Amino acid sequence: MAIVFERTKGLTDKPFHFCPGCTHGIIHRIIAEVMCEMGILEDTIGVSSVGCTYNNYEYFACDMVQAAHGRAPAVATGIKRVHPENMVFTYQGDGDLASIGAAEILHAAARGEKISVFFVNNAVYGMTSGQMAPTTLLGQVTTTSPFGRDSAVQGFPINVSELLSVLPGAVYIERVSLNNYKNIQTAKRAIAKSFRVQQQKLGFSLIEFLSTCPTNWGKEPVESLRWVESDMMPQYPLGVFKGKDLKV
Amino acid sequence: MTNRVLMKGNEVIAEAAIRAGCRHYFGYPITPQTEIMHYMAKRMVEVGGCFVQAESEVAAINMVYGAAAAGARVLTSSSSPGISLKQEGMSYIAGAELPAVVVNIVRAGPGLGGILPAQGDYFQATKGGGHGDYRNIVIAPASIQELYEMTVAAFNLADQYRMLVMILGDGALGQMMEPVLFKEVEPNVSTEKLWAATGRHGKPEHNIITSIYIDPDMLEMKNRELVAKYAVVQKEETRFETLNLDGAEIVFTAFGTASRICRNVIRQAAEMGIKVGMIRPITLWPFPSEEIARIANLSHVKAFLDIELNAGQMVEDVRLAVNGKKPVHFYGRMGGNLPTQKEILDQLLAIQKGEVR
Repeated sequence: MAIVFERTKGLTDKPFHFCPGCTHGIIHRIIAEVMCEMGILEDTIGVSSVGCTYNNYEYFACDMVQAAHGRAPAVATGIKRVHPENMVFTYQGDGDLASIGAAEILHAAARGEKISVFFVNNAVYGMTSGQMAPTTLLGQVTTTSPFGRDSAVQGFPINVSELLSVLPGAVYIERVSLNNYKNIQTAKRAIAKSFRVQQQKLGFSLIEFLSTCPTNWGKEPVESLRWVESDMMPQYPLGVFKGKDLKV
Repeated sequence: MTNRVLMKGNEVIAEAAIRAGCRHYFGYPITPQTEIMHYMAKRMVEVGGCFVQAESEVAAINMVYGAAAAGARVLTSSSSPGISLKQEGMSYIAGAELPAVVVNIVRAGPGLGGILPAQGDYFQATKGGGHGDYRNIVIAPASIQELYEMTVAAFNLADQYRMLVMILGDGALGQMMEPVLFKEVEPNVSTEKLWAATGRHGKPEHNIITSIYIDPDMLEMKNRELVAKYAVVQKEETRFETLNLDGAEIVFTAFGTASRICRNVIRQAAEMGIKVGMIRPITLWPFPSEEIARIANLSHVKAFLDIELNAGQMVEDVRLAVNGKKPVHFYGRMGGNLPTQKEILDQLLAIQKGEVR
């Protein structure tokens, strides 16, 4: 009997712990598939961060290093400077990257650090149970903005891709989503392009994934996918913010 | 013919690191360790190494974490306020059991404090500083020659025990010049790091560097492994110097720059007929408690006098070691000031006359 679908070798056999309807699992799978398809699994060193994916070193089959909250781009810098020929990626959430780790991501991009950053934006702190994130939408109810995020009190969401795209060291930045099959395929192509940017030593790249958090949003999985499109995309439009014409 | 050269302490630390095989340096500017960075910025290019000026001390120590995880010999340097910022990363380095060398050229505190020499970071260096149950090896050289030898030794100890080793200097040691002999570097301990994240390259299992253990029993097992390792370090790596202990009635305890002043006072006191000796801890952790306890049991020793550039920090460990057998007196200066020989001599005379209790 022919095998038509199997678990990618880029993932270990460890079962995911993610909540039903969360799209972290899809992101993990497509990163792992790309590593296998490009033949770079043996050369890649990944950096886990703090949040719902603190332990994804158990899932990715490549060598993995766990980093302190927000510091993954600095840790990845240290790794890449020791092993410039290896592929190095970080996997970070929005609290990790856009709040506590804002300095580290900004300067890794400014230095043109030759790493791939996989940035997961679900508009909320997932692991610590649904607090307001830098990416939380105006009006969005969270456990620390129980009356909805009010710009007069809690400021405005941060558009990370747009912000970093003005830096010359950042050569490829794209925002993608996982809310339908077509967008998942686009996301997968973006991951591959990011690794090719690294292989060609062109500079820093970041893929921002709009992702779901049904548990902390208080929404059904399908409703959550719809909310990504109806509410997140107007604030966080999909597309290539840097490196549109990059030939890799 | 000797190869002695006249160099600043900070530059000697940097050159020692290069000679010990360190090819990765990450740092953030702060006085008074500046020359380490300046030297590394040039020297790393000459030897084909890597120098990165990080955006903060927090980033620098995490670059160290990454480079150490990737198997490199790696150095960062800073001074007191910057070391406070590095404490988070230092705790993670201890948890993940990574080898790294951190230099602290101490300045006066607390807060932004001043930029002159002090020893107020003894507590922070030896009692943790960061969160959780862990230890760092802390070495406190007292001369430029010793800065060279101990910096080389630090890289070997770091690799041997997969621990963070701190060189604890101060503004005086970092800034002053003395002749230094760059002795041949001892053969390194094995630097093969099969545990490092270098890319899988056919290994049957992927390597993981982490400090998180959600299961309490797993974490406690890790804690016990660390405790066992630290016990070996205490047994094997405690270093100290003793001076003039034969017949000594009063014994100085002092480290680093403070011990240099005490050394002169010992000569001065001898001329006045006062028998004074010294024990100088070279490793502040592990601390030479056993040797201090042995000295406390000597019948001719009447008292200890602890001299520090702080309000009295190491003296707590001295008192624990002496365990009430003899009085332990303390004299310290702060703010970046150094005690004069006369001030210390006056303390000795007061102790001798029984004026100090």
